[in-house]
Amino acid sequence: MPTLTWQGRALPLEAGETVLDALERAGEKVPSSCRVGACQACLVRARGGAVPPGAQKALRPALVEQGYFLACQALPVGDLEVAPADDLPQVRATVARIDRPAADVVRIALAPGEAFAYRAGQFVHVARADGLTRAYSLASVPGDPLLELHVKRAPGGAMSGYLCEALAPGDVLTLRGPAGSCCYEGGRPAQPLLLAGTGTGLAPLLGIARDALARGHAGPITLLHGALTAAGLYADEALRDLAARHPTFRYAPSVLDAGPDDPRAGAIRAHVARALQAAPGARVFLCGPPETVGPLQRDAFLAGVKLRDLLVDAFVTAAPAR
Amino acid sequence: MTTLYEQLGGEAAVDAAVDIFYRKVLADERISRFFDAVDMQAQAAKQKAFLTMVFGGPNRYTGRDMRTAHARLVTQGLNDGHFDAVIENLAATLRELGVGDAQIGQVAATAESVRGDVLGR
Repeated sequence: MPTLTWQGRALPLEAGETVLDALERAGEKVPSSCRVGACQACLVRARGGAVPPGAQKALRPALVEQGYFLACQALPVGDLEVAPADDLPQVRATVARIDRPAADVVRIALAPGEAFAYRAGQFVHVARADGLTRAYSLASVPGDPLLELHVKRAPGGAMSGYLCEALAPGDVLTLRGPAGSCCYEGGRPAQPLLLAGTGTGLAPLLGIARDALARGHAGPITLLHGALTAAGLYADEALRDLAARHPTFRYAPSVLDAGPDDPRAGAIRAHVARALQAAPGARVFLCGPPETVGPLQRDAFLAGVKLRDLLVDAFVTAAPAR
Repeated sequence: MTTLYEQLGGEAAVDAAVDIFYRKVLADERISRFFDAVDMQAQAAKQKAFLTMVFGGPNRYTGRDMRTAHARLVTQGLNDGHFDAVIENLAATLRELGVGDAQIGQVAATAESVRGDVLGR
């Protein structure tokens, strides 16, 4: 019988037994629910060995590439080393550059100490020396020499306060990841892509748009970035430049408090609704705070966007320390 | 005898059904608040498991799973009227997929069998 290794411990496998069965028989606590591959509660990650055939059905390609599979559907065909889904690789990264494109946003470029594989649009858990950890999306694409994070200063935020006010070039952070599956997927190259987000929700969208362009996506790509004031459109110049270089790429900024004569005026929700009408059958990427992303995904879905074409990353803010 | 799950075309058909069903319940003011989660993909995965079960597809859902999954909603006021509305939307989804009345009745009966568990009694 093949050997199953779970967090360094070899577990016996019986004939016809799934990875989930074996883990449970060994007394390991693994989340699970439907046990037929539908609910995805028992997601785990292969760290070595062959992923059993059929155990990755219905998973997003980004997860498939990184070895995630469903424990309940996995009948091992060879030795397999498995880790919990949240047990991710860790690297140390040195701050190469920091700049402040808006009053409450910093852009951090990091040089990882060793090769760090990820997909554009994924996120990492960033840890400070004392262990304080928060998740941030990557704005870079894998071909870039540095990893890039965008951090919005949250009022009273312990981590964002540190990253925005105290972090300096040469400082070292620990990154654990990557995680998330809000990524560009190949196939259907003519499909319109619609990317929308507010604030630093722009970070993953930038990576996704550049990734789609680099992979030769032929359909129109529209990126909507919403901000409260014009000053919050912190990548305005870079995005105009990207649009000038790529005829299929359109940048559509929106500003909540702009005057009525400004075509950018209004809430991003209204802009997205119009963009959805103009691009039937689109694949939609939504990133940013849940209060933005929640209504947008609901609107998009009710407007007819299919679930498989709805890729969402909601940034959940940690509760303030008391 | 083949199951409705097989007749509809298996897993791909359930995915299509989830798209239709989820859109209907979100648009239904009687029950949309119970589906108002940020993580729609996780919500859709649960619906897929549920529809797979009521279509007679491979499943190992137990009454206890249904009870645990809905316990929080019961404290938020989930009642028979809401359950009826879900069954209504399920029937409308199946009609849209071209399923006949007799089979819709069977699906409704299967769904009916978990009413007590869903409503926590």
